[in-house]
Amino acid sequence: MARIVGGINVTHVPYIGRAIANNLQQDPYWKPFFDGFPPIHDWLAKVEPDVAVVIYNDHGLNFFLDKMPTFAVGAAPEYSNADEGWGIPTLPPYRGELDLSWHMIDALVEEEFDITSCQEMLVDHAFTLPLELLWPNRKSCPVRTVPVCVNTVQFPLPKAARCFKFGQAIGRAIESWDSDARVVVIGTGGLSHQLDGQRAGFINKEFDLMFMDKLITDPLWVTRYSIPDLVELTGTQGVELLNWLTTRGALLGEVAKVHGNYHIPISNTASGLLAMEIL
Amino acid sequence: MNGGKQKRVIPGTTLFDGDMARKGYALNKMCFSFNSAENRAEFLKDQAAYCDKYGLNAQQKQAVLSLQVLDMLAAGGNAYYLAKLGGIFGLDMQDIGAQQTGMSKDEFRARLVAAGR
Repeated sequence: MARIVGGINVTHVPYIGRAIANNLQQDPYWKPFFDGFPPIHDWLAKVEPDVAVVIYNDHGLNFFLDKMPTFAVGAAPEYSNADEGWGIPTLPPYRGELDLSWHMIDALVEEEFDITSCQEMLVDHAFTLPLELLWPNRKSCPVRTVPVCVNTVQFPLPKAARCFKFGQAIGRAIESWDSDARVVVIGTGGLSHQLDGQRAGFINKEFDLMFMDKLITDPLWVTRYSIPDLVELTGTQGVELLNWLTTRGALLGEVAKVHGNYHIPISNTASGLLAMEIL
Repeated sequence: MNGGKQKRVIPGTTLFDGDMARKGYALNKMCFSFNSAENRAEFLKDQAAYCDKYGLNAQQKQAVLSLQVLDMLAAGGNAYYLAKLGGIFGLDMQDIGAQQTGMSKDEFRARLVAAGR
């Protein structure tokens, strides 16, 4: 059966794409952010995943508001990035992992998560940039991928507890996949930020640090908060922490922190990074 | 419009719920079209005509033509879609944040940095 080697949660601010394209990793603005990654590169080199299940939210590239699935799973042989309209470079396509995609789709629906399956799916910066950050300077991404998209855009959003359970179902699906593959689960987005309204620029360091800590020791802690509570505490886009929580759910059981980083600001966002391995 | 339910009030914040999604559909659909470079060029050629093509109402059209983000949000715009419109004018998230909070860009940036201390 396939084995989950661990999980990584990481911010996906579009602006990072421009920093990578312009080689700004050592620039004073970017250095505290990019310096978080080498220990995780070392860990990835050690655990050598073959497949990444990437849990993220689409920002109006693949899904428009005409059809907005709460949970969607990619089932394509390849996933292309495309012009998102705000001038960040378009990246080359990513390989899919069709056997795992369909195994997950079957297993998730069996567990009563009525996901939308997508045999064609564009992937935006929230999928591509974390992969570029985790496997930099490569002509092509070394892992095969399964995108899992969570609606964090149009309310009602799935509740935190629901996302955690969805993550657990993803974890069980991966572990019951008849394959010798090693799988890493990647959650993207957050942490606290708000792009819109008079409260634009809102950041909550205290909450973010607590969330990162509790994600290791007591992941259900955050499920005490409703979605509007989470918007109030983390900002309108800070609710992307649901992707982090889903990823944590997929790790099934106790975990240990491999490495973490937290830096304010990247663009308007508190950037977070947290790699976890299963105990 | 929301079945009489009491809505959560978070100062300076709008939850992009069904009411906003209904209200802003045409505006967000127009912004979604800006994923295409060809459409961005067409918009720049005649902004008002492009708004009409997507059926924006007077409030939405006025907000777009004056490039006022808070007005676009009030008209049902969603932040992720409005960012695509902002991109056409080379506005980044600090420009948009500064405009919405009535600060200069430097003041807005300084506030972000201060949040990290």
